[in-house]
Amino acid sequence: MIIVETKKIEELAESLAGKKKVLIVGCNGCVGIHQQGGERQAEELAELFKLDKVLKNVDTTVTSILRQCDKSIVKDALTDLAAEADAILSMACGAGVQVVAESFDIPALPAHNTSFIGVQERESETFYERCVACGNCILHLTGGICPVTRCPKSHMNGPCGGLYNGKCETDKNRDCAWILIYNRLKALGELDRLKTIMEPKDFSKKTHPRSQEA
Amino acid sequence: MAKYYSKLMESVASKEFTISGEIDPPKGSNRKVIEHQTELLKPHCVAANVTDNPLGIVIMNTLAPCVIMQEMGLEAIYQATCRDRNRIALQSDVLGAAALGMKNILALSGDHTVMGDHPQAKPVFDLDSVQLTAAIRGLVNGHDMAGKELDVAPQMHIGVALSPGLEPIEPEIIKFEKKIEAGAEFAQTQCVYDTKVLERILDLTSHLDIPILPGIAPLKSVGMAKFMAKNVPGVTIPDEMLKELVESKDIKETTINITAQLIADIKDLGFPGVHIMPVGMDAEVGEMIKRSGVR
Ligand code: SF4
Repeated sequence: MIIVETKKIEELAESLAGKKKVLIVGCNGCVGIHQQGGERQAEELAELFKLDKVLKNVDTTVTSILRQCDKSIVKDALTDLAAEADAILSMACGAGVQVVAESFDIPALPAHNTSFIGVQERESETFYERCVACGNCILHLTGGICPVTRCPKSHMNGPCGGLYNGKCETDKNRDCAWILIYNRLKALGELDRLKTIMEPKDFSKKTHPRSQEA
Repeated sequence: MAKYYSKLMESVASKEFTISGEIDPPKGSNRKVIEHQTELLKPHCVAANVTDNPLGIVIMNTLAPCVIMQEMGLEAIYQATCRDRNRIALQSDVLGAAALGMKNILALSGDHTVMGDHPQAKPVFDLDSVQLTAAIRGLVNGHDMAGKELDVAPQMHIGVALSPGLEPIEPEIIKFEKKIEAGAEFAQTQCVYDTKVLERILDLTSHLDIPILPGIAPLKSVGMAKFMAKNVPGVTIPDEMLKELVESKDIKETTINITAQLIADIKDLGFPGVHIMPVGMDAEVGEMIKRSGVR
């Protein structure tokens, strides 16, 4: 799941300065499934505009499409509406915003900050980052817990000296990834995996921008 | 007999009780701060570490003080952390440090950037401390991480850190074993005040052939003791020690005596030496050692 966070209304007002007709486009893909940037959120954002002293003067049209990371869907669904607008405010992740931007001549602006690839745990409302798309998955070696993502230092060979009561040096409320891995491997009877030195990661696999055959 | 490049390793090998110190570079470019600490530590320590922007707080770099100290006759232990440099910069720095005469290097992961005074900085962490140890070992053996041969290999001894008080301790020991496998030759520990913790770490590392110098920093006040026990990972302060500080009529005297006793205990337990982080009490280090009776 791609996790996004809506920008502050003042920031949106600033990026939309001078625009009279704005097309607000929800994305029913990743950000729609978890009600972060789908149809309802697009409508809610248009409502918020009405309460803002600057944005209330903007004429908004709201729509929502299947997914914004697919150029043919974007073009089919938005060409007519875009022709009527001065700007598009995209509720998608950063990738979706860019597809919309390259599809039309008017500016496409992000409504969100794209935060991370995460998961949601049933019992809580919080999203947690679980994958940084490093291009070189090692979850089979680490008990299914990713140290590249969940250790803020991306350590590959065990906990650092900042570990405190099982928590991370950077945040007393966050579990140390390496203690999670240690406990999990121990429970699986695979503690020996910890004893093998893990080689430095190959960051050439993460050189952006990446591409892959569909 | 194995060949040693540094006085530190020679001292350890000679079975003499080995004392290393620590220099704290200033926030600024004042070399007098380094010269002053060097003068105070030189008569008592065989070598001294120079920290690498601990907690990610910007201070003078590591290499400059190392060079100043060595010019003045105190051997340096160059600390390198993975926080601010990728594998290219780290390897290149090691080569340069060796060309400037550095004989010891301590390979550390480093505190995260968010802990310091520039939390907005990009944390690097291209390598971890095990991988950095292996990389330096490779350089000493004559090749870089890409396998390319060096014209002249650096001649250095590699040290690593150990945190004796961490809970659970098992992953720390496993990581320590990997550091040794990667090429570490000596270890210094985080601060320890509790002989039980020292006994445990002796026991847990008895199968490993590496000199371990326990780290100590004088407890300068009750406040510092409480702060360390509460905030520094793995640090516990025995009740009697805290009581001594609380009841002290002359805090400096008490601090010197407590530290001297710790040094003596460390020697009695059979450790090959001690690593003293003076935290401002550089002028009293000589007295602490004298009262400990280790020499
Ligand atoms: S405490 Fe654990 S999770 Fe946090 S930086 Fe250190 S090793 Fe990583």
